This record gives sequence, C-alpha cells and structure tokens, in this order.
Amino acid sequence: MSDKRLTIALAGNPNSGKTTIFNAITGTRQKVGNWPGVTVEKKEGLVDKFGHRLKIVDLPGTYSLTPFSIEEIVARDFILNERPDVVIDIIDSSNLERSLYLAVQLRELGCKVVFALNMADQARARGIKIDGEKLSQLLGVPVVFTVGNKGQGIDELLEKAVELAVSDKAPEHRRNVKYNSEIEKAIEALEKALAPKCGQKENVPLRWTAIKLIEDDRVAKERLRAVLGKDAEPILEEARRQRDYIAGRYNEDPEILTTDDRFGFISGIIKEIVTTSSRQRVDMSRNIDLVLTNRFLGLPIFFFFIWAMFQLTFSLGEYPMGWLETLVEGLAGLGARILPEGLLKDLVVDGVIAGVGAVIVFLPNILILFFCIALFEDTGYMARAAFLMDKIMHMIGLHGKSFIPMLMGFGCNVPAIMATRTLESRTDRILTILITPFMSCSAKLPVYIVLAGAFFGARAGSVIFGIYMAGIILSVISGRLFRSTLFRGADAPFVMELPPYRVPMLKSLVIHMWDRGKVFLRKMGGIIMIGSIIIWALSNFPRDPALQQEYEARRAALAAASGQEVSPRDMETELDRLRRQYEARRTAHSFIGRIGRAVAPVFEPIGVDWRGGVALLSGFVAKEIVVSTLGVLHAVGDEHSREALQRSLRRSGMSAAGALAMMVFVLLYLPCLATVIAIRRETGSTGWMVFSICYNTAIAWIAAFVVYQAGKVCGLG
Amino acid sequence: MRLSELREGQSALVERIGGNGALRRRILEMGIVKGARIKVEKYAPLRDPLELVVKGSHVSLRVEEAAQIIVDPLG
Repeated sequence: MSDKRLTIALAGNPNSGKTTIFNAITGTRQKVGNWPGVTVEKKEGLVDKFGHRLKIVDLPGTYSLTPFSIEEIVARDFILNERPDVVIDIIDSSNLERSLYLAVQLRELGCKVVFALNMADQARARGIKIDGEKLSQLLGVPVVFTVGNKGQGIDELLEKAVELAVSDKAPEHRRNVKYNSEIEKAIEALEKALAPKCGQKENVPLRWTAIKLIEDDRVAKERLRAVLGKDAEPILEEARRQRDYIAGRYNEDPEILTTDDRFGFISGIIKEIVTTSSRQRVDMSRNIDLVLTNRFLGLPIFFFFIWAMFQLTFSLGEYPMGWLETLVEGLAGLGARILPEGLLKDLVVDGVIAGVGAVIVFLPNILILFFCIALFEDTGYMARAAFLMDKIMHMIGLHGKSFIPMLMGFGCNVPAIMATRTLESRTDRILTILITPFMSCSAKLPVYIVLAGAFFGARAGSVIFGIYMAGIILSVISGRLFRSTLFRGADAPFVMELPPYRVPMLKSLVIHMWDRGKVFLRKMGGIIMIGSIIIWALSNFPRDPALQQEYEARRAALAAASGQEVSPRDMETELDRLRRQYEARRTAHSFIGRIGRAVAPVFEPIGVDWRGGVALLSGFVAKEIVVSTLGVLHAVGDEHSREALQRSLRRSGMSAAGALAMMVFVLLYLPCLATVIAIRRETGSTGWMVFSICYNTAIAWIAAFVVYQAGKVCGLG
Repeated sequence: MRLSELREGQSALVERIGGNGALRRRILEMGIVKGARIKVEKYAPLRDPLELVVKGSHVSLRVEEAAQIIVDPLG
C-alpha cells in the first residue's frame, strides 16, 4: 500500500443519491461526527484502492455554494481550506439543469472535479438521453455514469478521481461560465487588484474571490479580511464601487445577474448534450403523489403512516425492550451474587447497572424509530410529510418537518430530539428541540396512573387526557412565544424539493439506523453512567451506622422469635415491613432526602410534600424513577404494590389539587438526564441546554402553582 | 400576476422574483429564474404550501413565498 493519502470530497444536491454512493464506496467503514463548531453531520470513510489510501469525505448536500446556509458554508470552506485532492460532484441525471448549477460553482472554485452522472437509468426511463462525452469536452471535466443503488460505475468513478488527483494538470479556466460583459470587466478589475496581494495564497482563488466580492458574499469578505488584514479594505471598496455600478446599470442586484448568467450558460450546455425523446414515459412519482398528497386522502394516509411508525416503535419495541430488561436484571443478579457485600456491590448493582440499565432499554425504540425515519427520508416521503403538515406547523412558527420529532416526543424525548436533524434550518431545529419536551413522554405515564388513580378514581382517564392536552397547548404557546421573541424574523424559506420517490436500499437504512444507535450508546452511555452514580451516591450517603445497627438488631430479634409466636408467613411480611421502614428512613436521612427537605418550601405552594419533592428530584435520572422513589419513601416497597402506594399517598395528606399539580409539574419540569444530554448534543450549545432546563422548570412551577391554588378554590383541597 | 394566484394545473413564465436575500436566492437556486416555465402542480390539502414543476423537478413553496414571484400566465 502506498503511503500517499488522497482526500476525495463528495459534493452534490440533496436527493442526488450522494449518500448511496458514499455508502457504496465506504461500506460500513464510516466515521460519523460533526463539522467543527456546527451541528452539521460529517461523514468520513477510509478505503484502500488503486494503491492509495483514500479518505472519502461526504460534504453536506447543497444546491449552491452561497453563504446563506451553514451546510453551504461548510462545504465550500472545506474545499477552500482543506484543499481535497479531488471533488466528486454527484449529479442527478434526471435533474441535470439544476444539478449543473452546483457543478459550475464547483468549477469556479478552481478545484479538480469529476462528475458522476448518477441514476442515468432513471433519466433514460423518463426519455432523457445525456451525451457524457460531450459534457466532458465542454466543461473539461471527467464524466462517469453511475447507478449508485446498483453499485454500477463506482470503481470507474474512483479510478478517474484518483487519476485526476495524481495528475498535475491544472483545471482549465477557459471552460468557466462567461458572465455579461460589465460583470466580466468588474471581475477582471478585481482580479488585478487581488493578484499582487494574494497571488501566492492557495486558499484565495482569484476569479472566484472576485466573483464573490461582486456578489457581496459575506463569508468571502470576512475571509479576505482575515487573509489580508488592512490590505483588504481598498479591494473591498473597489468591489463596492463595481457592485453599485452594475446594479445601477441593470437595475438589479449583481448576484441575481450572475445567477441568471449561470443558468443561461447551463441551458446552453443542456441544449448540446441532452436529447429528450418524444415518447414521455409515465412519471411514476407524479402518480404516487396523486394519492399520497391528494387533497382528501393525503392527510389521513399521513396520519396512518405516523400511527404505524408509533406502533412499531413502541409496541414492537416492547419485546426487545423486555429482553434487554431481563438482561439488565440478570446482570444485576449476577453482580449481586459474585460481588462481596459492601459499597462496591451497591455502587455496581444499584448505581451503575440500575442507572445505565434504565436508559439502555430504550435502544430498541431508538433503532426502530430511526429505521422508520430513514425509510421516510430515503423513499422521499419525508418531504411530502412536510408538504402536508406545513400549514399547521407554520401557525406555531415551525416547519412542516417539525411535526415528526414533536409527535415522537410522546414516546420518548431522546429519539425525538435526535430526529430534529431532519430539519435544515438551525432556528427551526432549536425551536423544535425546545418545545418537544412538553410532549408527555411514555415514562411519565406511570406517574399519572398512580396519582390520577389515587385521587380521581373513575375520572382518572379524563384527567390524564387533560394532562396530555395541557402539554400540547403549552408547546403551541411556547412556540409562538419563542418565535416572536428569541427567533424574531428568522423564518427560513420553506422552498423545498419534492424528490422523486425511490425504492429504499436496506443497506443504507441499516447504516442510518446504526449511526443513531451508536451515538445513543456511546454518548448517552458515558454521561448516563456518571449521572446515575451521582444520584446513587446522593441517595446512599451519608450512611448512618446507628440506623443500620438498629435495623440489624430488630431483624435478628424478629428472626429469633421465629417458630415460636409467629408463623413463617407472618414472619416474611414482618421482615418485609421492617426492611421497607428501614429503606424509607435511610433515604430520608440521605443527601437527597436532606435536599428534598431543604427545598420542601419550594414544593409546598404546589401542594407536594417533601417526599414528593425528593421523588421529583430523583426523576431527573429518568421519569419512571419518580414512582419507585415515592414507593421507597412511603415504605410500600416497589411498584408492584401500586394500590398500597395510592393508599399511602391519600393518607399522607396529599389532596386531589396537590396530585393534579404534581402531575402538571411532572409533565412540564426539567427533562430527564438523557434528554438534557440529547439537547446539549443536538443544539451544540450548553446555553440552550441550560435555557431549556430553566424555562421548563419555571413554567412547570408556575403552572402547578396555578393548578393547585385554583384546585383548592374549586374544592379539590 | 402573482404565482400564488395561479390555479392548479396552470402554467406560466417567470417574470420577476422579489423577496429578501435568502428567500430570493433559494428560489433562484431551485431553477425558478426569469423566463423559466413553471406549472402549478397542486396545492396541499390545507391550501398551503403549493407544488410547482420547474425544469422537470418538483418544488414546493409557501403561498406567501409564491406571492413574491410575478408570472405571466400561459393560456
């Protein structure tokens, strides 16, 4: 193997089949991460081919290289700064005209480019014939036909790319877009001004920089300032003058003129290389859309798909979830048996295994959900879903695509927040992430069941429904609030392609699903483990030897009495009662119990006693724990004894108003640890994470306060 | 005439594109440029957004965005 390492970047429009080709080249040897500083996914893969080690970098899918979206800036900065040895532009053959818009911009950047005319079979089926050789001649670029999903042409593509990369032939400049004469004059003037200053600097291609300055490209200007410092100012001044002149002359912004000229150049090429046969074959996608986006059928079908996805994720997911639970229990049992009695055993069994186990069981849900989402994306249905739902979501200030993550929030917030990646605009993504936790996740349901069952009897169902509705209403209000305050005027254009429907490839679905699963396992696993250990330590320290000794003594006394006054069965119950009392006292004595009592004044106005407070605090690890902590503190054992807990809650002096307030609080307050980590990860900012925690908790307290006080007035006290 | 005023199935030629920088740019990138022939394929079930066919590809826009595009209806 030669030690010469070549970097090959893949560029292309969204839906051009770029990911399929990337998968075909790299297989499963992929590394998924983020581009530095932004939450745009970066995929890389290494392959050894033709005597070289090839590093394949998948650039974000873009239609252009303007500075209006992070994806485009990322793609273009990579080409300028990292100087890949060659860029492969994946072109959707049935969408040639628009694909070439990106292609000519890549040529303008002055890098070595190979065109992959992808999905030529589909184009042919639609009666479009492309003369690849002619295209190659006209633009001076190697052209290869590929069919990504069948793996055709991939080797040839790589071969051409490597050949071009190692050749020292510079890209030919004369085959670039010719702009109208005034713009060309301006470009020439700016190139002359630039040449003496940055002739040697590789990352400032002259013609490209000149064009970008005329287009008033924000990032290109910053770049020039960074490279030249003070020297940049006279050039920028010159650019401003040229812009004003052109704008005055044509009564139009120069960037509009350059876009027009590029499309003009492209339509000239199209005329020479494309022959469209008169017999237009049926457009399958259009026929499918006659049903799927039909005025009457579109929405019901969409809701059916969503319902099916929900069912698959949470009903089918229950089986492997059960297996995992058994596995976790088995591990805990094993740990309990083989580890010596003591702190280490408690830490491993009750802290690590129980804590991580509580989260890891969601893995099947996450895998199934992302399989479904990948299916929606790869078939092209996701764009239709956005098309159907946009009107409704836009009323909350969101994008049509926000609907799916929000809905998934009813299952589990972690995959829901990870699903916001399908949104292109960062603003939409953050907004959706902030309001998704108000969708009541399934882990909160056991809390409602216990509380509503204890205090509302036959009306429990309606009360729980009301809680869910309250979450939805608050998310709508929050969405509108954020849109009109934090994200004012930042509404991204909706303009979106409805790509042709495609048969998805199992391989790509599985890769997509596994990527998400890995992220979940790796990131969540580490942080969750630390979090679980902290919560475990808080609820187990400080240890009170006196309390333990007393427990041991009473146990021994009881055991000594066995066989005489007490029957073995009564003995069991007595021992159990003793153990539960001990656990309750021990927890009350621990740090978390003390914290609970210290913050009791905070919970008092919402009708929750210190035990409820402790339960709510422990719910930070996972909402299910709220019920089990309540169980421990009320000394009723584990959740099997729900009725006992309900009786104990009623006896403890909690009122119906207090129960309602506690449910509202559980609905709204800070998301669980795993969700918080997901928020941090997906927003890429600790600030938004903290904001989310504070906002949710504040809203929760206020809402619970209003409910409790109103409930008391209405006689629920 | 505004693009948003076209009926389903109607075709038109693009005359002028208004709107702010990002929106305008995005519209242009999708191939909706001056002189391009477009067809309103359909409106979404809730009458917003709408689907266009331009240069053989399908693109959807919100009605408010389509209102920024001035067109000359054909037939």
